[in-house]
Amino acid sequence: MSTNKSTKVEVKNLTKIFGKRIAKAKELSSQGKDKSEILKETGATVGVDRADFKIYDGEIFVIMGLSGSGKSTLVRMINRLIEPTDGEVLIDGENLMKMDKKKLREVRRKKMSMVFQNFGLLPNRTILENAEYGLEIQGVDKDTREKKAKDALETVGITGYNDEYPDQLSGGMQQRVGLARALANDPEILLMDEAFSALDPLNRTDMQDQLLDIQERLHKTIIFISHDLNEALKIGDRIMIMKDAKVIQTGTPEDILTHPANEYVENFIENVDRSKVLTAGNVMIRPMTINIEKAGPRLTLNMMKANEVSTAYIVNNQRKLIGVVDANDVIKLVREKKGDITPIIQTKVPTTDEDTPISDLMDDISQTGIPFAVINDKKQLKGIIVRGAVLGALAGNEVSDFE
Amino acid sequence: MNSLLLLGAIAKLPLADWIDNFVDWLVQFTGFFNAVTNFIGAINNAFQWVFDALPIWLFIVLVLALTYFVNRDKQNWGLLIFEFLGLLLIWNLNYWRDMTQTLTLVLTSSLIALVIGIPLGILMAKSHIAEVILKPILDFMQTMPAFVYLIPAVALFGIGMVPGIVASVIFAMPPTVRMTNMGIREVPDELIEAADSFGSTEWQKLFKVELPIAKTSLMAGVNQSMMLSLSMVVIASMIGAMGLGTEVYFAVGRNDAGNGFAAGLAIVILAIILDRLTQSLTRTRRKN
Repeated sequence: MSTNKSTKVEVKNLTKIFGKRIAKAKELSSQGKDKSEILKETGATVGVDRADFKIYDGEIFVIMGLSGSGKSTLVRMINRLIEPTDGEVLIDGENLMKMDKKKLREVRRKKMSMVFQNFGLLPNRTILENAEYGLEIQGVDKDTREKKAKDALETVGITGYNDEYPDQLSGGMQQRVGLARALANDPEILLMDEAFSALDPLNRTDMQDQLLDIQERLHKTIIFISHDLNEALKIGDRIMIMKDAKVIQTGTPEDILTHPANEYVENFIENVDRSKVLTAGNVMIRPMTINIEKAGPRLTLNMMKANEVSTAYIVNNQRKLIGVVDANDVIKLVREKKGDITPIIQTKVPTTDEDTPISDLMDDISQTGIPFAVINDKKQLKGIIVRGAVLGALAGNEVSDFE
Repeated sequence: MNSLLLLGAIAKLPLADWIDNFVDWLVQFTGFFNAVTNFIGAINNAFQWVFDALPIWLFIVLVLALTYFVNRDKQNWGLLIFEFLGLLLIWNLNYWRDMTQTLTLVLTSSLIALVIGIPLGILMAKSHIAEVILKPILDFMQTMPAFVYLIPAVALFGIGMVPGIVASVIFAMPPTVRMTNMGIREVPDELIEAADSFGSTEWQKLFKVELPIAKTSLMAGVNQSMMLSLSMVVIASMIGAMGLGTEVYFAVGRNDAGNGFAAGLAIVILAIILDRLTQSLTRTRRKN
């Protein structure tokens, strides 16, 4: 999938060693010694060990790892907030390491902006002034920057707070301002360092959705740091997993889940909350359907008996969902010798689409008696979600269809 | 025992002579010190000229208005009444001119302490080497008994307001330097990173991020410097700096407790007014 995409950021052999005996540490690292051995021998800490990867234009690239894995150091080397010990960062083919201060400043102002874990908002400035910061230091005139900042705030859904101060807003709102400040510069690259980690779970989910929304409109290249695999799987086009300063695996969420590179990744994904990864499409089963244009009550009853179901899904010739019928109602019709099943069809069926994560459906699934119908945008019935299959899928079992 | 004897056998170090020689050596730069004297004198005279030109009632009105203005979000009527009665008392006791002279000395030395101290504090926050060098010097400046500064000050700057101001500056500057340094160092790393990541220049970072955020602690330093320079007014009066300090100093000489306390009370009133004014600048204010 990567062949038709152009490379936006290329990282080559990028290394950061903190401490004093750097040369010695580098030598040991090239001999294949790991982080803890090097620390013991030299007292130097390897932050990032020879990272090599490419980030494509317009993708959300998630760098994921536990604390101390080097992910925050790595992202700070991409905009040179931390000076690498070795290696190169190419932005659109230009080597960031060779830039002088002025050129680097230009790249930071125009090409990439950063969003911080604890928001990094200036407490003495209003929301609008915070959003304007990036433009202000570029010398953009007051009217223009105010307009751009307001647009950016609107993009992230913050309106009517222009004159408030950061501490008057909730965490979620503050991070939206952080995002707006980054977007106001209209950068090509967004660096997001654990941007949602400080938020409570509800806000975090909201922000993830919003980021995906914004990305759909703006098509930035987003480098997102996270320690939360669920988050990585949800928003990442590709994910890079780091451990002890080294890159362990890079791939799409699908790759990572299906072909974990080693035991470490395997253990990692074992803890994934599958309800957030699995979608309705993954767990739906094929329902028993009755074509209303072909079947009357007697045929319907026979088919239901044969399949041992008490509810049947009624569709038309185009497989468009019309509703469900209950076995008791069908039996009644047959006894009364009526010829049409239309009057007993219940049209109030809960529906969803294939891409909805199960976590969003959990509550409803446990409350409604009738299984969810999974339909596509043409209202065609694709499958249904029964409780047993959901639980099975969450437990890690494959979902098998029945005919 | 032996080592103690040995210590006694060594001749007394001529430390005092060395310092005398150093001060003598400094005196040869008369031209430079004259220029500094004139410059400080000019600032001092400018303040004094303004205070002399202001009618007393207008001065009082201005002080009250300023207090009202800096506290406009949280009115403190008690303070306004105190200031009004306090200033009336000073007027009534016939200390008005002395009070303005003292105020001039305090304002001039605080202004100089600020102009020198804030950049030094910034330098100290930015450079590890500067911090290592300046820290012991600041400790020295603050702990050396303030009287001692008067001696070279007279040699270099003569008699009058200016040596008093110089001694006050030396004694009062350290808190401004220290608090500026501390305030800037305490700016959260993430805000520094944010400033850098958006491509701020060093000056932009200083003026748009570091100083505004360090403002509270910086103003606390200014407040302390002002109070310390006020504490110097009696000492400075010994070398001819005029003002309320002179009244106290003379009262000591005449064993005149009544006048001593009366002038001392005027200093206290002035101190409270200055303290409350600068303290309310310390609080962060928001526009609404």
